[in-house]
Amino acid sequence: MLARTADNLYWLARYMERADYIARIVNTTRRLAALPSVHEAERAEWQSALLSAGAAQLYAEARGAVTPASVIDFLVFDPANPSSIVNCIESGRTNARAVRTALTAETWDTINSGWLELTKLLQMNSSARSDSDTLGAILDLAMKLSLDVDGSCYRTMLRNDAYWFGRLGLYLERADNTARILDVKYNILLPETEVVGGTLDYFQWTAILRAVSALTAYNWVYRDSVKPWLIADLLILRPEMPRSLISCYDNMQRFLDAIARAYGRQGASQRLGRQVLTRLENTSINQVFSEGLHEFITGFIDDNNRLGAEIVEQYLLQ
Amino acid sequence: MSQSQSQSQSKYFDEMGPGGSPRAVYGRVAKWLADAPDDLLDSRRQQAELMFRRMGITFAVYGDNESTERLIPFDIVPRILGQSEWARLEAGLIQRVQALNMFLADIYGKADILRAGIVPSDLIYRNAAFRPEMVGTPVPHNVYVQIAGIDIVRVDDRDFYVLEDNVRTPSGVSYMLENREAMMRLLPDLFAAHGVAPVDAYPNELLACLKSLAPRGVGNDPVIAVLTPGQYNSAYYEHSFLADKLGVELVEGRDLLVRDDIVYMRTTQGPKRVDVIYRRVDDDFLDPLAFRPDSTLGVPGLMNAYQAGNVTLANAVGTGVADDKAIYTYMPEIIRFYLGADALLKNVPTWRCREPDALKYALEHLPELVVKEVNGSGGYGMLVGPHASKAEIEVFARKLAHDPSNFIAQPTLSLSTCPTATATGVAPRHVDLRPFVLTGASGSRVVPGGLTRVALKEGSLVVNSSQGGGTKDTWVIDDSRLGGV
Repeated sequence: MLARTADNLYWLARYMERADYIARIVNTTRRLAALPSVHEAERAEWQSALLSAGAAQLYAEARGAVTPASVIDFLVFDPANPSSIVNCIESGRTNARAVRTALTAETWDTINSGWLELTKLLQMNSSARSDSDTLGAILDLAMKLSLDVDGSCYRTMLRNDAYWFGRLGLYLERADNTARILDVKYNILLPETEVVGGTLDYFQWTAILRAVSALTAYNWVYRDSVKPWLIADLLILRPEMPRSLISCYDNMQRFLDAIARAYGRQGASQRLGRQVLTRLENTSINQVFSEGLHEFITGFIDDNNRLGAEIVEQYLLQ
Repeated sequence: MSQSQSQSQSKYFDEMGPGGSPRAVYGRVAKWLADAPDDLLDSRRQQAELMFRRMGITFAVYGDNESTERLIPFDIVPRILGQSEWARLEAGLIQRVQALNMFLADIYGKADILRAGIVPSDLIYRNAAFRPEMVGTPVPHNVYVQIAGIDIVRVDDRDFYVLEDNVRTPSGVSYMLENREAMMRLLPDLFAAHGVAPVDAYPNELLACLKSLAPRGVGNDPVIAVLTPGQYNSAYYEHSFLADKLGVELVEGRDLLVRDDIVYMRTTQGPKRVDVIYRRVDDDFLDPLAFRPDSTLGVPGLMNAYQAGNVTLANAVGTGVADDKAIYTYMPEIIRFYLGADALLKNVPTWRCREPDALKYALEHLPELVVKEVNGSGGYGMLVGPHASKAEIEVFARKLAHDPSNFIAQPTLSLSTCPTATATGVAPRHVDLRPFVLTGASGSRVVPGGLTRVALKEGSLVVNSSQGGGTKDTWVIDDSRLGGV
């Protein structure tokens, strides 16, 4: 297939996944900031939302002072923020339009309808962006759209390289998102020996789970009260958790192999993907903590970025 | 409706026929319109609009920031032609495209028609669309115009007139196909009752035609691609639609590269050779090394590959010299010269303003004429005399006197009308018709139907989508058992 088409499909999937993640971050932070006990720490919560979204530096340059309304506006609406939800949906749709021929009618219809709905919401309320009804509607739209696009790709697309490049984008982005939130919150995810639990911590912990829609999953997997080291275990090493790092890499490996088989050639991205997956498979949460959660996560984020660069180099830039 | 309006409308030929006694082919539709509840047309129209918008069947209007993606309004009252009328039209279209191809082969070959003095040489050699690079460059089977869109109008139930030949990169065929889909979905019963000749074979025919013209030695399975200027082009939807229906890659200039006079596309598995390009990029932008150096839409080296015979371009480079409005006036002579027969389709009588007598006549009769730029398209830069103000006419007269050879003038045709759903009920609106003629190694074919364009504004004669025109589905039906006209 055309290298540009593969690139568009890859980015379409990344943008849809990112829109979902940013929407969840904003939702959880609003929830957390509404708690009476954190009222003074509200600003810190929004700062950490910016960090989780990977937008802290850009925000500081563009806007400076952190206030809830300004952060929400930046993360959801701001055209100057390439990862704002509105931009993600716009860019996703632009990428989809560029490769309409590589999408099924259903997938195009899903994206285009979502984009039309977003346009309508924005027009209706261009004057009152902070209006919480509009905000809620846009957050819901972003999450639903990413679910619908994912589902329509899964249900309707041929299993060939067009599908595989989209999946690679999705899992690479998802791994990045999960790793980022762990990176921002690592200081409250302590190993078993150091636990000091309070109400505030409980809300912080569950906020992490909510941000990656894993609260219910946690209950099902552990049948235990929320413990920070188990959260880390769930989000890094549990293969049954669809947003865990290991699950993302398991999938990526599968799709990288499928591409290599179809093209009859392995390359740097297959090797790196396998390396990262093997490391995740051969470690335990205790080992992660003893090496240092922070170091582990930053190392992972670097590897993940490198894999992204290898995929671009090997397939998307011809 | 005021009386003066209905009187002025009655002077036009209506495709459905006068109220009370519809033409035979419109019998069912007339009855359906009479019986339809008031809100039916409107609700169907809204459904159609929603469908088109969701599918992203949009076009862009240049210089319009507000809405960069607009819908072409779709009218759900079909335009109907009987099989016998169609057969006459079809024969005329094929004859015309045949002559156009022979004309181009001659112009870029021995130039017999110029030496015979049928067409003045300066109309060719001083024409901006003439490409000297094409002189002596052979094209497979001498087919220059693989895809033609011929604009047809009529003023009565007898004659079809050609308004314009479009042999560069004519667009609109996606609307022909999507309008049909819409009609089958919105009015299934009415559609089924008519036995309408299908149009959905068009992509297949196009694919066969492109394949038949692949460079020699490529084999039976040439690699074909559709070349688009990109998603900000006004016809991008159509480009992606066609690539999809043909099952070929939709490429932009940056997706292609030329090495040793061979064209490749950049794929995830490295460069892959391309044999036939259905290009929807104008000549000027095709190759920055050969034509406009500032073009970023094209492919450096493409012309070399083309001249070396390693790639087929559809349509060929340099076809614009044949659809120029000044050449148009010579079409009857051109057809006679190559085919030894009279043109089956009429030309609209035209004054070539480059000729002093014609200019004098045009300047004296501006209020009743339509004056067009020789190279204009899309309804831009033309004067519709009867609809222009005195001031507009004066301004135009100066333009015309200043550069007469850039203009032609035609009488204001009483274009036929067709019943159309409007805000105040069904009313007659002026229509034209663009059928698409495909030419491959084994001759020309026309899919029965085409794109009917309709001027939605009351009394307006301008049907171009960029000027507020809409479209209709065009039905060719078997009328052998209906009787009458």
